[in-house]
Order: sequence, then C-alpha cells, then structure tokens
Amino acid sequence: MRISPTKFISLLFLVLSVFYLYTAYNIQVFAFDENAPFNARTFPIYLGWAGIVLSSLKIVLPEKNTIIVNHKHLDYKSITYLVIISLIYAAVILKIGYFISTSLFLFASYYFLGERRWGLMFILSFPFVAAFMYLLHGLLNIYLRDPFLKYIGVMG
Amino acid sequence: MIEGILIGLSTALSFTNILMVMVGCFAGTIIGMLPGLGPMTAIALMIPITYGFDPSTGLILMAGVYYGAVFGGSTSSILLNAPGIPGTVATAFDGYPMAQQGKAGKALAIAAYSSFAGGTISAIFLLIAAPSLSKVSLAFRSPDYFALMILGLTAISAFSSKGQFLKAMMMVVLGLMLATVGQDSLSDITRFTFNNMNLTDGISFVLIVMATFAMSEALTIIFRGKDPNRAAKQISLTELGSIKVNKEETIKMAKTIPRSSILGFLIGVLPGAGATIASFLAYGMERNYVNEEEKQKFGKGSVHGLSAPETANNAACSGSFVPLLTLGIPGSGTTAVMLGALLGFGIQPGPRLYQTNPEIFWSVIMSMYIGMVVLLILNLPLIPYIARILAVPRNYLIPLILFFSVTGIYLMSFNNFDIFLMIGIAVVATFLRLYDFPMPPLILAFVLGGLMEETLRRSLLISDGSPNFLWDRPITLIILIITIVIIFWQVFSTFRKKT
Repeated sequence: MRISPTKFISLLFLVLSVFYLYTAYNIQVFAFDENAPFNARTFPIYLGWAGIVLSSLKIVLPEKNTIIVNHKHLDYKSITYLVIISLIYAAVILKIGYFISTSLFLFASYYFLGERRWGLMFILSFPFVAAFMYLLHGLLNIYLRDPFLKYIGVMG
Repeated sequence: MIEGILIGLSTALSFTNILMVMVGCFAGTIIGMLPGLGPMTAIALMIPITYGFDPSTGLILMAGVYYGAVFGGSTSSILLNAPGIPGTVATAFDGYPMAQQGKAGKALAIAAYSSFAGGTISAIFLLIAAPSLSKVSLAFRSPDYFALMILGLTAISAFSSKGQFLKAMMMVVLGLMLATVGQDSLSDITRFTFNNMNLTDGISFVLIVMATFAMSEALTIIFRGKDPNRAAKQISLTELGSIKVNKEETIKMAKTIPRSSILGFLIGVLPGAGATIASFLAYGMERNYVNEEEKQKFGKGSVHGLSAPETANNAACSGSFVPLLTLGIPGSGTTAVMLGALLGFGIQPGPRLYQTNPEIFWSVIMSMYIGMVVLLILNLPLIPYIARILAVPRNYLIPLILFFSVTGIYLMSFNNFDIFLMIGIAVVATFLRLYDFPMPPLILAFVLGGLMEETLRRSLLISDGSPNFLWDRPITLIILIITIVIIFWQVFSTFRKKT
C-alpha cells in the first residue's frame, strides 16, 4: 500500500498532536488552580484534541486532489548547501561577529548558487554588509553586537 | 467640530509638522520594506527622537512612520512575498502572483492607490464618527472577541486554502500550538519549553513570519529551480511592467475600496483586532462579493484580491486610533507603542482628551490626510525604482533574502538559538508548501493565539466553566453563526465538487 505525501504529513501531525496533548496534560499548575474553570493546561488541551480530530479526518477522508510533486525537478543539492551554510552561519555569528560571518555567508551563498563574478560577489558581501551595518548602527542607532569589530576598535 | 478641525489644520499645517509627516512617511516606508522591521520597530525607534518635540509633533511623526511602514510592508509582500508585518500577509496573496506575472509596478500602484483611498476614507470616518464608534467597541466583551477571532481564523482557512479547508485548519491549530510555547501570561507557568531557557519568552512573531514566508520562499525558489514551469516564472520576475492602472482595473478598485474601507475601519476600531484581521476579512469578503470568473483569479493576481486587504489594513490603521484617542485603549500593538509615547509626554489619552488637549486629537486626525497625500506623492513616482529589487538575479536575491531574515532575528535577540529555530521551521515550511499546506492561517493563528487564550480564559471564568458564554450574548451568537455558515459552506462546496 502506498500512502500519499499529504496523508503522511497528516499522520506526522497526528503524532505531534498526541505528543502535544500528552505534554499539555502534564503541565504543572498551582494546586489552587487544579480545579479552576481555566488554568494553564486548558487551552493547550483543547488544541491537542483539535489537532487529533483534524489530522484524523484528513487521514480517513478520501483525497480530492492528490498533489503530485515531480522530485526530479527539485534541486535537493542547492537547498542542502544553502541550509548547511545557514546553519554554519548561525553557529559562528556570535563567535566571529556579525560583519565577518554575514559577509562570508553571502559570499559562500553566491558561490554555491553558481555565481562566478568575483568582483560583484565581493561588493555584494563585504562592502554591502559594512554599508548595511552603518545604516543600522550609525544612522538608525540600532545596536548590532559584533565582538570582532569592537575588538579592533571600529565599533564603540 | 468645525472649530476642532480648524485647530487641527492650523497645527498640522505648520512647517515643522508637515516636515515630520514627510520624514515619518519616508523613513517608515524604508524601514517597513525590510522584512522583520515593521511599524512597531519603526515607531519604537522614533520614540527617543520625539522626546525633543512637542506632543502633537511627536505623535504626527509617529503616525507618519506608521502609515509609511504599513505601505513599506506591502511593498516587500508584493515584491518578495516576505510580509514584514501580519497586516500585509493578505496583500501577498494576489500582489506576489501579480509581480510574478511581470506586473510588479502595477501591483505596487494598485497598493498605493488602495492604501491612499482606504486611509483617506477611514480618516473621514474617524473625524465624523470617533465619539460614537468608541461606544461600539466598548460594547464588545471577551466572548465576542473570542468569537471574532474564531471567525477570523475560519475565514482565513476558508479563503486561503484553495479548496483544502482541512489542511488550512491544521495549519491554524499548528499556529496556535506554537503560540502556547513559553510562559503562560497569567500564571507564569512555562509550557512546552522542555527546560530550554531560550523558549521561556515564547517564539517571536518575527521569527515565525521570517521562517514561513521570507526564508521558506527563498528556499522554495531554489528547491524548484529545476522545474521548467517555475523557471519561466522566475524569468518573468525581472519584468517590472508599467505602473499605469487601466480603466477596467480602476473600476474594479472603485468597487472594492468603499466596502473594504468600511470593514477595515470598523475592525480597526475594535481593540486588539487591528489591520491583520481587517485585511484577511476584507480579502474573504471581497472574494464572496465578486462573480465566479473573478473568484477564480483570487490567489493568481486578482485586482480585487490585492486592493481589498490593502484598503482595509490602512483603514484599520486609522480605525485603531479611535480607541487610543477616545478610550486610552490601544487598538493594536503599534498603537500600544504610541500609547507608551503619549504617556511619556505626560498625556493620558481618554474621553477627556477632547477637552484637555484638543490640538493633539484634531492635529493627529488632520495629519492623517496630509500623510496619505504625502505617501501617494512620495511612493508612486518611486515605484519603478522600488520595483527594481525584482531585477536582482536569483543567485543574489536568495542570499540577500536569507541575510535580511537572519539579521531581523539577530537584531532582536542576539542569540543563535533563534536562528537555528528559524532555519528548522523554514525547512519544514518549505516541505509543507510543496504539498499546498497554506502558511497564512498559521501566521494569523500564531498572532492571535495569546489574545484568544486570554479571552477564552475570561469568558470561561465569568461563566464558571460553562460553555454558555458562546450563546448568551447576541453579538457572540451572531459571529459564531457566521463562522458555522462558513464551515458548512466549505463542507458543502467540497461535497458538491466531488459529486
């Protein structure tokens, strides 16, 4: 038997709802609130049940329009690269600072998406981020945490 | 009232105040265009600057920023499908497809005209009906608000689901579930945090909207890069098109604008409802009003579908000033920030504001007209330049969207957990979009989640746990009946298509 992707997603949502409901029943409330008409558990419990009912209906009811996705047309390689670069960016942003991490992230993203005009890639990463930081930090006075630039004395 | 209008005009038309409206509208448009930086951020940024001004000037500047940011948010919705604020999510439904068809300039022009008309008409309503309308909003109680939010969520599910109502409702529940993460507002009990300190304050709206719109849109463009149909669409993205609106489109806008203005204004008056519900309801209402042929165009670049939410969200902006100025109750998050600023000036908004500070009340109303004119004069000629964002090649545009998304989150919290969470949600949202699970219901549910729980809590406590509150009050009952009619209509139309 072959399960359609929509029903599979609904099944995952059912599992999520069951887990959510289980967690909702286990929320610790104050003793005096235990039998109150409404406490911290009430709304999540309603939501958990709503999720179970809706996902069950989606699984049980026949599908009207099956959505066919041609996986040959999906670019798994590029999206994987982009997600990995983004994860590395998130991991290093606090350590090496906003300016360098963002510039390198932009440069690497252009490269992995097939861009090879090095000059333009450079302009749209390092000077672009510097100009953006000046707009935020210098003109709009929005604080941007960057330990590296602070260390070399560029930012106060 | 004539005396008040004259006082307002003389204050609003001073050189300083006109300059403030212009600066506010321009700064608001630029900030609002950046995904993640909406009107609340823009106004919050202005508060320190306004302390040097007199209260009228300060409030006029903030009002200008508000309108500008709403218009700027529409621009990023139309061009990038990346709404900076929830009030412009519905704008993307038809604005973005229109841009994809090479009519970005036209979509922005329609948005500008609709915003102008919606804002101007509702400013007239505000002028005439402010005192009496505040009584209407006072009549609303917690059960009515709860029912109104149920109606809003059902309506968005019905109208954005492309015939897949159950999928949309599942997204609503998912949005509400995400909204329950963090501390309970009343008891401070932490829920669904799994002992992670980063989740104690809950998940931010900007994170969710960035992940499900901006970032997942960027990933989807890359993901479907090999799709021949999709590739053709990307090529057409570089065509900016004319900003001229033809006669047929003008007629369509002329039909949509009055009804969306009225709806937007009335919804805006209700505290807490604001531009988001107004734009979604206007979109849904418009879809019901038009003929079958036009209905088919919704979600594919309909003029009605773009004009309605744009008119309504601007009308709601003006409407949200009613409870702020006459009751001292903010109608939206943005006006809540303004309330804070007013209190900083030593002014307590409320029914006595008419008597104690008439120049503030009337000059803000008068500055709305001036603001709308400034927005139109400022933005319309700039549209071809603004729309050039689309001419950026995909290889540059996608990393830049990701960069804006991450920056928006980084600016808020300076921690990388939020960025990891955003990437995770964006990947899940990308797969959900692939199988037509709509994101707008999730966003609206997430925004309304906290308020919905709060109103349900009050309603149940007042009725001592009994569900009677759902039918005790006529307003609640009427709203719920409309909700049930929408649900049955969805079931019926699904059944009719099958047979």
